[in-house]
Amino acid sequence: MCSYIVEKAKLVGTAKGPNSQWMRVDTANVYYDHPYEAQLDHALCVDFVCEADGGRERVAIEISRDSALDLIERIKAALASGDASHAKAAACSLVGTQSEVASLF
Amino acid sequence: MSYPGLVAETVKFKGHNGDEGEAYYARPSGAGKFPGVVLIHHMPGWDEWITEAVRKLAHHGFATISPHLYFREGPGSPDDVGARVRAAGGVADDQVVGDAKGAAAYLRGRPEANGKVGIIGFCSGGRHAFLCCCRSGNFDALVDCWGGNVIVDDPKALNAKRPIAPVDLADKIQVPILGLFGNDDENPNADQVNRLEAVLKKLGKNYTFHRYDGAGHAFFNAARASAYRAEQAADGWAKTFAFFHKHLG
Repeated sequence: MCSYIVEKAKLVGTAKGPNSQWMRVDTANVYYDHPYEAQLDHALCVDFVCEADGGRERVAIEISRDSALDLIERIKAALASGDASHAKAAACSLVGTQSEVASLF
Repeated sequence: MSYPGLVAETVKFKGHNGDEGEAYYARPSGAGKFPGVVLIHHMPGWDEWITEAVRKLAHHGFATISPHLYFREGPGSPDDVGARVRAAGGVADDQVVGDAKGAAAYLRGRPEANGKVGIIGFCSGGRHAFLCCCRSGNFDALVDCWGGNVIVDDPKALNAKRPIAPVDLADKIQVPILGLFGNDDENPNADQVNRLEAVLKKLGKNYTFHRYDGAGHAFFNAARASAYRAEQAADGWAKTFAFFHKHLG
């Protein structure tokens, strides 16, 4: 590889590494190339940074291609599950009218 | 002949536009006039293995300097600095050539150096080393270790920082070339190595290519178990030392 090709994803959130402070992140730099640390020929690498704060600090991962593909599916599954739960909770909150709730007491 | 006694240290050098940066410099500790080598680091950065490679060349009699091509993005650990450079789209070719010329000037200014300076690069550094010999007369010999994107098949690899495929400047090279490649490498792949050799042959350049079966990218790198190939690396290093001693002294 050695391509310098980076996909940039805009984010809203925070990130934290071991023994570090939470940091705001607004960008994920994503690339599939030779990793720095992982003992893999190629790795899916993501650097979570905050470009608005200068982008000098990062939380980084280097994972195998199969790991990355599985992670994508787990993220989708977690979002789907979470969305379903939140929808159910929202629906529940609308079931009782004020008088129905009052009748319970 | 080997030189187990070494002096190895981080030094300051003047790079592109006179910018002062860090470099790692190692040389045999004994008296003598030693041939010089500029070592261009791979894309991950100026890491521990690069300093080992500098010391290995020094062990074999070369005053060797590796300029930190990412020093302008420092300070920080090499991996973090490398990540910043990658996020910014890499380093510009003009800047790399300027830094490499500055490193060569550093060597020629050293009392222990014999004035001859070779250049070796790994991975993206192989491309950089090739490019430096196309664009500069400051070097006396070139070792290209699996330089990727010397031939550019993906137009996305060309941009303002890297506007020209080095192969298109190959006619400018005036120094002997040693190329080392793994046949399982993806960048450069075997077809690109063959096409590069065809260009050099057509231009009448002084080159020798060695292709290694059972090896891919970065097969010298003992820090990477998945890439390292001990037998092929030992042969490649031996060919490198012999080549540089032949042309640099």
